[in-house]
Amino acid sequence: MAERLLDVTGLTTTFRTGKKTSVTAVNNVTFSLDRGEILGLVGESGCGKSVTSLSIMGLFEDTAGKVASGSIVFDGEDLTKLTTKQMRSIRGKRISMIFQNPMSSLNSCMRVEAQLIEAIRLHNDVSKSEARQRASKMLSAVGIPDPEQTLRSYPHQLSGGMSQRVMIAMALCCEPEMMIADEPTTALDVTIQAQILELMKDIRSRNNTSILLITHDLGVVAEMCSRALVMYAGRIVEEASVEELFASPIHPYTVGLIASVPKLGSGVTSLPSIPGSVPDLSAMPQGCKFAPRCKYAQAVCRQTEPELAPVPGGNGRKCRCHLFGKEEGKEAQA
Amino acid sequence: MLRYAVKRILSAIPLLLVISLLIFMFIHLIPGDPARIIAGKEATSYEIENVREQLGLNEPLLKQYGIYMAGLLTLDLGNSIRNGATVFDTIAPRFVPTIQLTLLAMLWATLLGTLLGIMAAVRRGKTLDYVSMIIAISGISAPSFWLGLMLIQLFCVKLGWLPVSGLTTWKSYILPSFTMGCGVMAIIARFTRSSMLENLKEDYIRTARAKGLGEFFVILRHAYKNSLIQVVTVTGLQIGGLLTGSVMAETVFSINGLGRLLVDSIGFRDYKVVQALLLFFSLEYIVINLIVDLLYGVLDPKVRYD
Repeated sequence: MAERLLDVTGLTTTFRTGKKTSVTAVNNVTFSLDRGEILGLVGESGCGKSVTSLSIMGLFEDTAGKVASGSIVFDGEDLTKLTTKQMRSIRGKRISMIFQNPMSSLNSCMRVEAQLIEAIRLHNDVSKSEARQRASKMLSAVGIPDPEQTLRSYPHQLSGGMSQRVMIAMALCCEPEMMIADEPTTALDVTIQAQILELMKDIRSRNNTSILLITHDLGVVAEMCSRALVMYAGRIVEEASVEELFASPIHPYTVGLIASVPKLGSGVTSLPSIPGSVPDLSAMPQGCKFAPRCKYAQAVCRQTEPELAPVPGGNGRKCRCHLFGKEEGKEAQA
Repeated sequence: MLRYAVKRILSAIPLLLVISLLIFMFIHLIPGDPARIIAGKEATSYEIENVREQLGLNEPLLKQYGIYMAGLLTLDLGNSIRNGATVFDTIAPRFVPTIQLTLLAMLWATLLGTLLGIMAAVRRGKTLDYVSMIIAISGISAPSFWLGLMLIQLFCVKLGWLPVSGLTTWKSYILPSFTMGCGVMAIIARFTRSSMLENLKEDYIRTARAKGLGEFFVILRHAYKNSLIQVVTVTGLQIGGLLTGSVMAETVFSINGLGRLLVDSIGFRDYKVVQALLLFFSLEYIVINLIVDLLYGVLDPKVRYD
C-alpha cells in the first residue's frame, strides 16, 4: 500500500461577500492523495476545484476567502494550523503549483533566470551561480532544448508551451513532494497539451511526486490519473478509480459529464448536454445541489442533501446520491 | 536605443520651431503696448514712439519674427527690455533656486507619493487606504497659492518656526518645496495605487506567492516593479509641470527664481525674456519626455526601439 501524503478532511472554504454575509465555495470536501499518485479533480467552472487547491496552498491573500473548517494534513502536519511563515516555507518547497495561463503566470518584467533563481534561493542556501546552474539543469529536465538561451529570455519571448515548461521547472526546482496542477493544459494547443501531460507523467515516475490534477477535461483525466474526484457546487459528488468512473459512472452528474464528451464513430449528431446551469453560490438549492438539473430527481432529493457514501462493493468508491449507488451495480443510465 | 534617441532628438527640432512661432505670436497677442509700459505712464506719444523704434517694434511682424529666429539660431536671445542686460545674463542667476526647489519638491513628492500609493493599494478598503487617499485628494485640490499663504500664516506668522520668504537657510526651503510638491505627490500616490491594484490582480503575483515568497517581496519585487512603467510616465510629466509650477510658489514666497522672473517679465512686457523662458520650459518638457520614453525600454522588456 502506498504511503499517504495528503489527507483533506471536511474542508469548507468560504468567501466573505459583505459585513456579515459569505458564500461557501467548497463544502465539506474530503479526499486523500498517496505519494506518487496522480489524482484528478474534475468539474465545471465554478465548482470549487481551484478554490480547493488554493485552500491547500493557503493562497488567500488579496481575497476575502478563508478555510472555515476542516483539516488539511500534509505529511502529518495540519496546514490549516500553520502560521503564515511556516506556510511560506512549505509553499514552493514541499508543495508547488502550476497554473492555467503560463504566459501571464510568469512575471513579464523579469528574465526567466531571475524568476527561477528567486524560487531556488528562497528555499535553498545556495549562491547565485549555483542556483543558476540548477535552473539550467531544471530547464533541460523539462525538455527545453536550449536552456541557456531560455534563461536569458523574457517571458514574452517564449511560446505558451515553453512558458508552461518554465513554470513546471520553477515548480520542481525545490523537488516538492506534491505538485498541484490547476488546468495546466487548458490554454495550450492540443499537441503541446500532450507533451506537457507526458512531461508530468515523466516527473511523477522519476521523482515519485504526487500530482493533484485539476481539470475540466475528462480526456486529460483518463490519460493521466489513477483516481478521480468529481466536484459539483463545491462538493465531491463521486470518487472512483478512473477505469470505474468511465466504465460505469454512478452519479447522474458524472453520467451527464461523460455523455457530453464527443466520441468518434458514435453516429450521434447532436451532443448531449446537462440542462440548466451550476447554481449560484449565494442561492444554493435545498437538498441535493444537483437536483434541479437531474432528470431522476424525486421529492427526497429536493429536501435533504445526500451524504458522500461508500458504494457497496465499490473498492473505495463513493457517491453522493439518494437514488444511485446504494445497491451494488445500480447506476444511472443516460 | 542610441539610434532611437538620436531620432527623437532630431524630431524635436521641428517641434521647437512650431513652439517658437507660437511663443512669438502669443507675446504679441497679450493686451497692452510694450512701448507704452516701458516708457512709463507720463510719457508723451513722441517718447513712446521713440522706444518703439529702439526695440524694433515698428518693423512688420514677419520681419520681427525673422530677426527673432535669426537670434535664436545664433543663440543670441537679445537684451532684456527692462534692464538692458542680455537675456542669458538675466535668466542664468535665476536658474539655481528654481532647480533646487524643483528637485527638492520632486524628491519628497516621489518618495511620499510612492509610499502612500503602495500602502493604499496593499491595504485596499482599509483605514490606511482611506487616509492615504484623503491626503492625496487634498494635495490635488489645494491650489498652491492658497496652500502657500496658509502655510506662511501658520508656520511663519503664528508659530514663527520658518522664514517667510527668500532662500537663505535650509529652513527656508521647506515651505516652498512642500507647496510645490503637494499636487505632484498626490498624483503620484493615486497613480501608484491604481497601477499597483491592477498588477496585484495579475497571475504572476499568485505565482510569486505560490513560490513561497513573502508579501514584502511580492509587493516590491513583483507588483511595484511592474507598476513602475505607469508611475514613471506620470512622474516625468509632473517634473515638467513642477518647473512651471514654480511660478506660484516663487511668487508667494518671494524667491528670485525663473517662475517669478516670468511673472515679473510678463508684467513689464519684457517679451524677450518671456520668449526665452517659455522656450526653455518647452525644451525642458521635450527632454523629460524623451527621458521617460527611453526609461520605458529599461523598465518594460517588451518595448523595443525600432
